[in-house]
Amino acid sequence: MSTSTPGAPEAGAAVQDSTEDLSAGLGTVPVNDLPPDSMKLGFVGWSRWMWRQLTSMRTALLLLFLLAVASIPGSVLPQRPVDPARVTQYLSDNPGVGGVFDRLGFFDVFTAPWYVAIYLLLVISLAGCIVPRTRLHWKAMRAQPPRAPSRLKRLPEYESWEVSSDGAGQQTLDDTAALLRKRRWRVRTQEFDGTSGWVSAEKGYLRETGNLLFHISLLGLLLGVAIGGMFGWRGQALVIEGESFSDTITQYDTFSAGNLVDSADLPPFSFTLNDFRSGFQAGGEQEGAARLFEADVTYRSQPGAEPEEKTVEVNDPLVVDGAKAYLVGHGYAPVIQVKNAQGQVIYDAPTVFLPIDGNFTSNGVVKMPDNDPQLALQGIFAPTAALDDQRGPHSTFPAADDPAVFFSAWKGNLGLDDGIPQSVYKLDTSELEQIGIKGLRPGESWTLPDGSGTVSFTGIKQYAVFDVAYDPGKLFALVASILAILGLMLSLFIPRRRVWVKVSAAADGTSSSTVEVAGLSRTDEAGLKPAVADLATDVRAIAPPATTPTPGDPTDPDGKAH
Amino acid sequence: MTVNESLAQLSNGMVYTSMVVYAGSFLGFAASFANGRGQQDESEAARGSVASTKRNTVDVTNAASVSGAGATATLTKTDPDDEAPLPPGRRAGNIAMSLMWLATGFLLISVIARGFSAGRAPWGNMYEFSLAAALATAIVFLILSIKHDLRWLGVFVVGAILLTLGAAVTILYTESAQLVPALKSVWLVIHVLAAIICGGAFTIGAAVTGLYLVRDRAEIRAAKRGDGSPVDGWLASRVPAAERLDTMAYRINAFVFPLWTFAVIAGAIWAEAAWGRYWGWDPKETWAFITWVIYAGYLHARATAGWRGRKAAVICLVGYLAFLINYFGVNFFASGLHSYAGLN
Ligand code: HEM
Repeated sequence: MSTSTPGAPEAGAAVQDSTEDLSAGLGTVPVNDLPPDSMKLGFVGWSRWMWRQLTSMRTALLLLFLLAVASIPGSVLPQRPVDPARVTQYLSDNPGVGGVFDRLGFFDVFTAPWYVAIYLLLVISLAGCIVPRTRLHWKAMRAQPPRAPSRLKRLPEYESWEVSSDGAGQQTLDDTAALLRKRRWRVRTQEFDGTSGWVSAEKGYLRETGNLLFHISLLGLLLGVAIGGMFGWRGQALVIEGESFSDTITQYDTFSAGNLVDSADLPPFSFTLNDFRSGFQAGGEQEGAARLFEADVTYRSQPGAEPEEKTVEVNDPLVVDGAKAYLVGHGYAPVIQVKNAQGQVIYDAPTVFLPIDGNFTSNGVVKMPDNDPQLALQGIFAPTAALDDQRGPHSTFPAADDPAVFFSAWKGNLGLDDGIPQSVYKLDTSELEQIGIKGLRPGESWTLPDGSGTVSFTGIKQYAVFDVAYDPGKLFALVASILAILGLMLSLFIPRRRVWVKVSAAADGTSSSTVEVAGLSRTDEAGLKPAVADLATDVRAIAPPATTPTPGDPTDPDGKAH
Repeated sequence: MTVNESLAQLSNGMVYTSMVVYAGSFLGFAASFANGRGQQDESEAARGSVASTKRNTVDVTNAASVSGAGATATLTKTDPDDEAPLPPGRRAGNIAMSLMWLATGFLLISVIARGFSAGRAPWGNMYEFSLAAALATAIVFLILSIKHDLRWLGVFVVGAILLTLGAAVTILYTESAQLVPALKSVWLVIHVLAAIICGGAFTIGAAVTGLYLVRDRAEIRAAKRGDGSPVDGWLASRVPAAERLDTMAYRINAFVFPLWTFAVIAGAIWAEAAWGRYWGWDPKETWAFITWVIYAGYLHARATAGWRGRKAAVICLVGYLAFLINYFGVNFFASGLHSYAGLN
């Protein structure tokens, strides 16, 4: 409908003027029926009316707005799928509102029922909008341009001039039609019947095609997202230098999958982390900022396959068997050896320490439940060690320039037999007795003061954290996005226009006739005015103005007054 | 891979130089604007009273290159009194325009020097992003001003540029440095460049939309008076007709929307390469989405009966607000993976 043409009737309004609705079909914004005025329509009538409301432009606009507003809490409050720890923190800091927010689903906005409801309604509205518009557009593309309206003067762009009667007639129309066809307009003519005749032409059907392509691609994009959600999975794994990872669910620290994924069926690849390199800014304002992360891996796409080499970087994942392993974090794993009172080695391994600040001051725990008594170590690792009264042991730079581990040794009951699962990174000291504390540099050993054993800090390894992800909807979503942009550009940049050229014999039977040129555009478009002016110039060459045009018109070669 | 200090210093010097020249340009535009009464009469003449017969006199090829009330520009260009002394407002406007070209040249040098000093694209933190966004705003404006007489808009655009640069050198300043590994990607270059250009164009679109609202209200007042008296209001009487402003704003926003769509998608591709998921509702992503949805709403509103004009204009301003929140608010207040600001 003509909602964007000033002066033309609004969508749904009755056409008051006796002339035709000039821009009918020029766009395909759906027409909203007026609400049924009585209950007599019954269920079917009301359903149909409701459906029309749901698929109206106004509803689409409202839903778009709701979607924007509904997204806001998701960016302001911490979100469970992204950072569950911060949600817990928030809840304990704000027990009152926190609880209310939680019940409203504000900590997982994008899967909350009300959010899903909005976008499902939008999807339905979109689909309900695309189908009839596609049908209309299909018809429009095969239809002839509309008849010339009886009063061309009403159109936003209009020019006319008088021609001596033998100068304009069927020949003018034929020449004009040929000209427009050559310029790829779709043309329809009404033969000159002695009193009048016209050429009607239309161009820019690709605009609507592009618009439909855009909206359909949005549905395609959502489909791609949905496929990824149902068939995709991702997990996080921590791998120490020299150690290997194989793609089974038990090797992941965290793992989540769509409900159509069979977790037993992950692609059977594996890789070994040979070497991890990191580099940091030394000096300057951004001292300590990360500058380089590289992980050298050897991988096999399945057991027994040829091993291959790859350096994984932050923006350059390992791609194997449809899955991708991304380097997302790193840290230090000091190699710790513990001997018991009898001198037997009861623990000897690189031990993962989790960073607690930007300079990689890190915490780690060693538990030795099989010893008698049970032993445990708590450690603070500092890659560039410093010690002061306020902060205690800490690191002043993220690289391992001057590393040390500050140990605290414990003995007693580790509490592992209670059946309550414990984090490997945390120590429950409630039934433990502290033996002593000591800082060690690489190669140093510490004989525990009570004689229950010896602790050695024998070396340092680094570990890398990998996110492994498989998302089969990704490519689909990408293609849909590209098509969406393409459609959008067609829809916004291609002008949809109609022009008419009309020749009429003078009513009083004098020897002059009139040529009229008029145009109409889908949007408020700058190009229409010059385009109609251009066309008028060309038609003027076909049917030149009579020698007695409007007074004072500079195009009048003789300058004669009418 | 170290930072070239002398280039970094050249960049800093050029920022301040450009700010001084922009300040001069700002004064010129302000003087031009204050003297600019009559702009509205010209555009009204072009809009309403050019009779259809007269239209034939307008040089068609020239008219094709100007928009809306373009006939005015054509007529003034072929003004036979070209030799006559310019009215004071016009001269100030011309000087301001020249100064703006000059200042933009300095700013361009600054941004390029900054890039070379660190050996990468010069938009790796908020300071650099701000410089580049100011530059983009200036370039979008200057390109538009080649074809259209935009001296009435200059004071607002240069004002926005000066504010951005001022905030950049005072609050956001970050030493030239290399990037954290997550930011080393061609998609960074593409995504952020697209976002920067969008920022420039959104800014101009929003400025024109704001002026449209002011002007439109004044025109409604004038129409209510019904005595044919001209539009009143200090601001409203100095800008083009509401219809022209509306069309211009629409065209700018319609140009930006596909580019913004592209910027968001390029960001998703980058996120996929860096973090293994193309969309994760990180605050930055969420606000990019909100901005996108609101501007989509704006385009819809323009095609919906009863929503064109003022209501659509308000939606456009809300969309711009969302863009600003994403740019300033999110970097400072939300923690996410886009830890990008280079601030502590
Ligand atoms: C997922 C939500 C939607 C988004 C993001 C969206 C976005 C857009 C955009 C950006 C445009 C501008 C293109 C142009 O002006 O040519 C547009 C146009 C349009 N949209 Fe949507 N749309 C959505 C849903 C809908 C729905 C549900 C309908 C059905 C009522 C609809 C009907 C239209 C129509 C008819 C146009 C053409 C307007 C014109 O001719 O200017 N859209 N849409």
